Amino acid sequence: MRPKPVGATFALQRLLVLLRSNLTAMLLVLPAANYQPSDYLPILIQFGLALAFVAFAMIVSHLVGPKRNSTVKDASFECGIESVGNARTPISVKYFLTAIVFVLFDVEVIFMYPWAVNFRALGNDGFIAMILFMFFLLAGFAYIIKKGILRWNEA
Amino acid sequence: MDFPPLAWQGLVVLVVFGVSLLIATYSTYAERVIAAFLQDRVGPDRAGPFGLLQPLADAVKLFTKEEFFPAGANRALFVFGPCLAMVTALMSSAVIPFGNVLQFGETAIHLQGIEINVGMLYVFGMVSLGVYGIMIGGWASNNKFSLLGAIRAASQNISYEIAMGLALIAVLMMSGTLSLREITFQQVSDAPFVWQDIFNWNVMKQPLGFIIFIVCAFAETNRTPFDLPECETELIGGYHTEYSSMKMGLYLFAEYINVFVASAVMSVLYFGGFNFPFQAELRNWLVSSQGLELVTAQNIITILGLVGLFAKIFSFIFFFMWVRWTLPRFRYDQLMRLGWTILIPLAIFNIMLTGGLITFGVIK
Repeated sequence: MRPKPVGATFALQRLLVLLRSNLTAMLLVLPAANYQPSDYLPILIQFGLALAFVAFAMIVSHLVGPKRNSTVKDASFECGIESVGNARTPISVKYFLTAIVFVLFDVEVIFMYPWAVNFRALGNDGFIAMILFMFFLLAGFAYIIKKGILRWNEA
Repeated sequence: MDFPPLAWQGLVVLVVFGVSLLIATYSTYAERVIAAFLQDRVGPDRAGPFGLLQPLADAVKLFTKEEFFPAGANRALFVFGPCLAMVTALMSSAVIPFGNVLQFGETAIHLQGIEINVGMLYVFGMVSLGVYGIMIGGWASNNKFSLLGAIRAASQNISYEIAMGLALIAVLMMSGTLSLREITFQQVSDAPFVWQDIFNWNVMKQPLGFIIFIVCAFAETNRTPFDLPECETELIGGYHTEYSSMKMGLYLFAEYINVFVASAVMSVLYFGGFNFPFQAELRNWLVSSQGLELVTAQNIITILGLVGLFAKIFSFIFFFMWVRWTLPRFRYDQLMRLGWTILIPLAIFNIMLTGGLITFGVIK
């Protein structure tokens, strides 16, 4: 690796170069290896085994166990008192907000995988680009925290 | 008889599959024995010598229990939930490199079911699919406790997945590959200084990343102190409140298999996989002083490496159980705050630090 000092002017100059270059082309520099599509075949064997085991467990336990049901017994469990209403109720919006934020952040993390694998090949340019990317990511992150997505004890 | 390579690989997949099921079964036994040890009790000791047949008795019990469907449950999804949880749990173990190559004449057996160049991504994808099993099962039960457990599980798993992925990125920056096998080989040292072997493990270069990863592994496998989806003091049984017989068993097994896979991944990523200290010296000694052939010596090293990797995995599984009986459960807002405001910024800082150290040539 080139241990070059990253000064402010140097960084700006590099950034300009970077903006002109094609980032997608840079991210596609995969390390050469002789992997074949057929390497993925044993996954099917594994999937078949897993499926067979689960089917076996389900069918055998279905056939072996006793079956006796009544209205009271089939009611959903609520600590012994009579069940009230339906469980398909609206839930706290906090969970939904978490899910939305997860979708955004997970996409960002996926972007970082090809970058991380090619980190050495991309050199300083890639590092500076990702520092900028992380900066924007953290800015958005600070905003959602400020908006109170994690204030669970309030309504 | 001529055995094609794919058949050998299929055999290895079968063995890995059996071993992960066996380890999951005996994890239930180990959990009870360790709990008994930590709480100064006797633990299971009736079925067979030292209670070793207890898991078999449990399996028979689970198979013969009544299959229960609550009224108002969505029957198809109610069955599909545990099936999905178990299938995804069983799928991830085969990409883990349990050992190097065993060479018998012309045949070389890789002690790894599936060697693909995206191994780590594959494990990660399978583990994240596992949460759907819990979510579907909890929702389909039509029980308020199950629903609460299911949405807690979903919310918790996705929150900690981000921090886990970010912690992993720092390792990938150093390794430059997603293949677990290559990551293992990168943690070998040929330097003359013998203890270099241990200093070459990723945990020495990524201590912060490892701590983030192991905390997230606890949350991803729903283990204490993050077992809020099934905390029995608040939610009866959480998402599996209404489950019985083998459907319940599949959820329990899936959790233990996930613990096993998480332990194996941590051993491979951070603790050198099947490498162990002094392996080069031992091989040289076997060849020069004992007069063995290089192939035989290498086979012995491979088998010792396999044993070493399993020792690492079992230590991690023991750690998971040790923590369960040591730390109390988090409150839900504490859990979310830890995940979002501490682990994610720490992980991003770790990436920046690693990137800086690599760019300035501190880490090779």
